[in-house]
Amino acid sequence: MTTPSIASSSRVESVRGRSPARGSGRSVLPGVRLTLGFTVAYLVVLVLVPLSTLFVRTARLGWAGFWDAVTAPRALAAYELSVGASIVAALVNGVFGLLVAWVLTRYRFAGRAIADALVDLAFALPTAVAGVALTTLYSQNGLIGALFAPHGIRIAFTPLGIAVALTFIGLPFVVRSVQPVLETLPREIEEAAATLGADRWQTFRRVILPALAPALVAGMSLSFARAIGEYGSVVFISGNMPGRTEIAPLLIMSKLEQYDYGGATAIAVAMLLTSALILVSAGLIQRRAARHAA
Amino acid sequence: MNTLKRIAQLALGIALIAPSAEKAAAQEKVTLLNVSYDPTRELYKDINAAFAREWKRRTGQDVEIRQSHGGSGAQARAVIDGLEADVVTLGLAYDIDEIAQRGRTLPADWQKKLPHNSTPFASTIAFVVRKGNPKHVRDWNDLLREDVQVITPNPKTSGGARWNYLAAWGYALRQNKGSETAARDFISRLYKNVPVLDAGARGSTTTFTERGIGDVLIAWENEALLATKQLGPDKYDIIIPSVSILAEPPVAVNETVAAKHGTTKVARAYLEYLYTDSAQAIAAKHFFRPTGPRSLARFGNEFPKVPQFTVDQLFGGWAKAQKTHFSDGGVFDQVYSVSQK
Repeated sequence: MTTPSIASSSRVESVRGRSPARGSGRSVLPGVRLTLGFTVAYLVVLVLVPLSTLFVRTARLGWAGFWDAVTAPRALAAYELSVGASIVAALVNGVFGLLVAWVLTRYRFAGRAIADALVDLAFALPTAVAGVALTTLYSQNGLIGALFAPHGIRIAFTPLGIAVALTFIGLPFVVRSVQPVLETLPREIEEAAATLGADRWQTFRRVILPALAPALVAGMSLSFARAIGEYGSVVFISGNMPGRTEIAPLLIMSKLEQYDYGGATAIAVAMLLTSALILVSAGLIQRRAARHAA
Repeated sequence: MNTLKRIAQLALGIALIAPSAEKAAAQEKVTLLNVSYDPTRELYKDINAAFAREWKRRTGQDVEIRQSHGGSGAQARAVIDGLEADVVTLGLAYDIDEIAQRGRTLPADWQKKLPHNSTPFASTIAFVVRKGNPKHVRDWNDLLREDVQVITPNPKTSGGARWNYLAAWGYALRQNKGSETAARDFISRLYKNVPVLDAGARGSTTTFTERGIGDVLIAWENEALLATKQLGPDKYDIIIPSVSILAEPPVAVNETVAAKHGTTKVARAYLEYLYTDSAQAIAAKHFFRPTGPRSLARFGNEFPKVPQFTVDQLFGGWAKAQKTHFSDGGVFDQVYSVSQK
């Protein structure tokens, strides 16, 4: 839900920022008015109207009702879990997604095309299927879960399992954001850095990473945004224990099950604002990184 | 294409102006949408085919019944939001009550329209245990033992799970001369033994069978019988407790919509058909218990006898049970926060 909004809001900004149609000057590109009109109409119908219905529904609760719904102990525990696990997943994806993208762009090896296609599988797989598969693997008698169980580490039905599921669904966002930037990054820069006496680590940290940072942050934000609203894959692996492994989207479902539409949208609004806050900060970091790189 | 469209418009026009012309239009094919809950998919597939034959024989008209399945609550919300169901056949009366109250497409007293609380076939809550019953689980009180892990879904998200909870509560009340405090304590200790609260009943079945977690799965008897039949009778046993709840999945004509579609008559006939011997036999084949003494005598012999209480008797109806036990801050929430400490 939040995924398209972040992607498209930055697009709108870039249109607005550069649009000659806004000023009195003549337009360099043909059809700016038309495309801008289309973009705005599209965003209003697909994003703005549904989101504002959310606020309208919530408004019916009144302030007191809204405040009670969003600050109930169970709700607070659920945000903490959802936001926390999503951040962990985004960070893990930041490291390993970068690694995957690096390997896929910089090395030629047998099965590279297959590995590349596999990344998209997490996109394409119905989330419920992913959830069931992950639970099968990570539960105490599963292939991977059984390796950890003797050491007293339980993965499925704990917050750890939730983070695993969110990492899985978020990985392609980072890989696909970083990959094109890596591909266009000229190798000569690295060679130049090496000639100037930088070691490998310095080259990576001082030369490559700054160039990649904007894309990396964007990918991690997308991964985070996707994770925070994720329901399908998580409900299977989370165990749904109130106050412990109950994610915010599940809380929304349980409110809907009581036909408490107001309460459900209140939680949704709280989640939306939280994600917006985090995404905006990520956007600021991204912009700073971009300026730094430039 | 255009002619087809014309004909369709014409047919629609006739249906709108002259609902009494049902006989004249008897040759036209009629379509019903049955919005139901998850575990009835196969059952209604068989019943629909049988009813279509019966209706054709009786009136000469073809009837096609479309099915829609999902979680009972989600289905009810879809109907409230405008899914044009001619009939609803859901997992608990509360969901149809909400359609009556919020959607206003059927009357508040819908449950009085058909026999046995508008419940043509019922079930009960039973236990599934591992083959040979290694933990010797015989009755509800065994579920409180420290060495027993119980699998049941989350009653906040699953209608089926609410039946499980109410069955346990009813047993505790009976054991403790109606003491609510004792029942509360019973439920609290029971949920302490639940390691995973799946969102839906099928999820719990998977947790128990595929993940191998838990010693007892609390489930609807029909689901339990189906699961053991499909997954291997050599792996699981079904235990019927000393007392359980009469699980009543009710049915109703979604009257406003049916009137709009001009399908009121066939929708009623469809639901009445569910009470006939042929439909009861199909239901029994799909492990649902027939309702009514006569059907029970004819088709209910394969089901073990168990004393059953109803939601109306013990809880004063679903609306009350829902509010007291499952709404936010209700008994389940209170008990759950205690049982976790």
